[in-house]
Amino acid sequence: MLRLDPGPGRPPSDLLEELTQACSLSGDEGEVRAVLRRWLGGTVCELYTDNIGNLICRRGQGPVRVIVAAHMDEVGLVVAGHDDSGLLRVKESGGLDVRVLPGRAVLVGRPKVPGVIGAPAVHLLDEDEAERVLPSRELYVDVGARSKEEAAEVAAPGDPVYFATSFERLSDRVVKAKALDDRVGCYILARLLLDPERENLTLLGVFTVQEEVGLRGARVAAQHLAPRLALAVDGTSAADVPGVEPPQTCTHLGRGPAVSLMDGTIVMHERIREHLVGLARRHGVPWQYRRLTTAGTDAGGIFLERTGIPACTVAVPCRYIHSPASLADLDDIEHTLTLLRLLLDSLDKGEFEP
Amino acid sequence: MPVEVVLLDILEFLRELCRTAAVRGYEEPSCAALGRLWGPWLDETRTTRLGSFVGLARGRGPEPRPRFAAVAHLDAVGFVVTRVEDGGFLRLAKVGGVDRRLLLGQEVEVLAPGGPLPGVIGAKPPHLSSGEERKRVVPVEELYVDLGLDPAVVRERVPPGTPVHYRRQVLTLRNGRVSGTYLDDAAGLAVLAVALEELRSLGHEADFIVIGSAGEEAGRFAGAVTAASDVRPHAAVAVDVTFGSYPGQGDPTGTFPLGGGPAIGLGPNCHPILTRLFRTVADEAGIPYGLEVMPGSSGTDAWGVQTVCGGIPTAVLSIPLRYMHTPVETVSLDDIRLAGHLLAQAASRVDWAFVEGLSCFD
Repeated sequence: MLRLDPGPGRPPSDLLEELTQACSLSGDEGEVRAVLRRWLGGTVCELYTDNIGNLICRRGQGPVRVIVAAHMDEVGLVVAGHDDSGLLRVKESGGLDVRVLPGRAVLVGRPKVPGVIGAPAVHLLDEDEAERVLPSRELYVDVGARSKEEAAEVAAPGDPVYFATSFERLSDRVVKAKALDDRVGCYILARLLLDPERENLTLLGVFTVQEEVGLRGARVAAQHLAPRLALAVDGTSAADVPGVEPPQTCTHLGRGPAVSLMDGTIVMHERIREHLVGLARRHGVPWQYRRLTTAGTDAGGIFLERTGIPACTVAVPCRYIHSPASLADLDDIEHTLTLLRLLLDSLDKGEFEP
Repeated sequence: MPVEVVLLDILEFLRELCRTAAVRGYEEPSCAALGRLWGPWLDETRTTRLGSFVGLARGRGPEPRPRFAAVAHLDAVGFVVTRVEDGGFLRLAKVGGVDRRLLLGQEVEVLAPGGPLPGVIGAKPPHLSSGEERKRVVPVEELYVDLGLDPAVVRERVPPGTPVHYRRQVLTLRNGRVSGTYLDDAAGLAVLAVALEELRSLGHEADFIVIGSAGEEAGRFAGAVTAASDVRPHAAVAVDVTFGSYPGQGDPTGTFPLGGGPAIGLGPNCHPILTRLFRTVADEAGIPYGLEVMPGSSGTDAWGVQTVCGGIPTAVLSIPLRYMHTPVETVSLDDIRLAGHLLAQAASRVDWAFVEGLSCFD
């Protein structure tokens, strides 16, 4: 079920599409926050933002406090300056693969002015140059402005630059969009928050800021929310593609949620991880281990806060994350949601204590 | 005529031709589009054996009339599917001078027989690539198209040889600039449309023949050469794109500012008298232009056309375009309008006296 019932008096809309079409670089997460506020307003007990910009949605007021975190920010580019010919100079925001930038349509600033990331015609380059990956300092955005002054009217330094990628269903199961890392997590968390309250839980849905630049929002939220345990829901790399042998594939699209063992920021809490795997097995939910030990998720930001918070990451496999067009499997999204529901239910019933 | 109206028409024309542009062999939708868009100004139209579109705007002179042809190409650079890998991933081969630096992560459209399929070009992800690998451009052989479809469905729907293109898009930028996929050579086709419209009211002695040529990007100028042999023009001009001045370039030689008017070619491919006609007309009408020095092949259909039918005097007129052979090729609508105006003015002066003068070299 991709379409959420938006409730009486609101036009039907597709939340995942809306979330991926919204633009939110690290530190500038307002658009995604607005989408979530619109969807969740009036449905959760409490909806507020904290000092760093996390959107916190409380559901229920039971004794067991659980954070489920999904990050709102995405990787992209930011305007760094203008040059005399009217071009915008840009810098990367978050870990972008610069190889995917040239030849790309983008949207600049809040008014979303169309622009392009050009590259000198390959005909004009010598052989070595034509083989060279263009570093971001040589890239620029061309909005058609003819002078520095005109370029400055279009965008100021610090304005965001986003990929102009449309949301699209490639098949019954696979969707293509920008920023699936981590709008899939935001989508799953929004769905969890719309579930009926669980008597013994205080579900603290945290839509975090600044994940892509160092898991910073999640850390702040963990400090003031003081949860008993925390789950991060993220998008993770699926490298089940030609040229990559099975141990290196990280995850496979369509094989269910990826339970993480460790990443570059945390070794996952063993009992939560085992419990997740047990639940998936008992209830016949497809699942897989994430077979990569690098990168980071909000769990890594949360677990070291206060006196230590048991934390684990569950991820939705996404091909081509951190590039303009990523793919995710809707069944994986549903199964991730199912697994998290099972975990919350078992916490609610007291069947599991970390 | 209000300028805005003309700009809007050109933009719509570009949208249409960018949408139909395809690799060699798949020019039929573009021919159909030209039939619709050029049709109102043409007295006769047909498609040649090799898939070029030919249209005739009859001149006012008594028969037999001289024939002046303008040619712009229909086809675009792209790929064909060579193989379907396990997992349903498509391997590709290039058709024409595709820029390999920017293939990774591009959205494409696979023109499967049962209907187009959207996809994304992928490769081994960066975190599994070595530092060296991340610094190099990924070879086409290591790239693939991911359709997000079941492998069995892919095998059924996508036979080897299926053409693949960049996902088409046309964006309007500031100052009448347009960025689009396959403006090379939708821009040239648009110049011919502007000229046809103007010639209708201007009047012309000679027959004006417009050719939308097949297969320019695939090499050997097959469509233009055979269409020229068919039409046997007394003179011909290729209208294509050239390098727009681009950001960060060192030496500006050989590039032309967007909005500064078309470039007129100079060199062995550019007949001196025909070329002088274009320059004289531009000077008299106050049309700005650049001069593009082409010491060898112009790389345009004119290079092929020049040496058929016992020799056809040719000229080259080019629209400055930034980011050639990328999905975001960028032109100025002003340049298209100016080039169309120049072409119409020049065509209106072609008569028997001019044609006879073409063999009188100094």
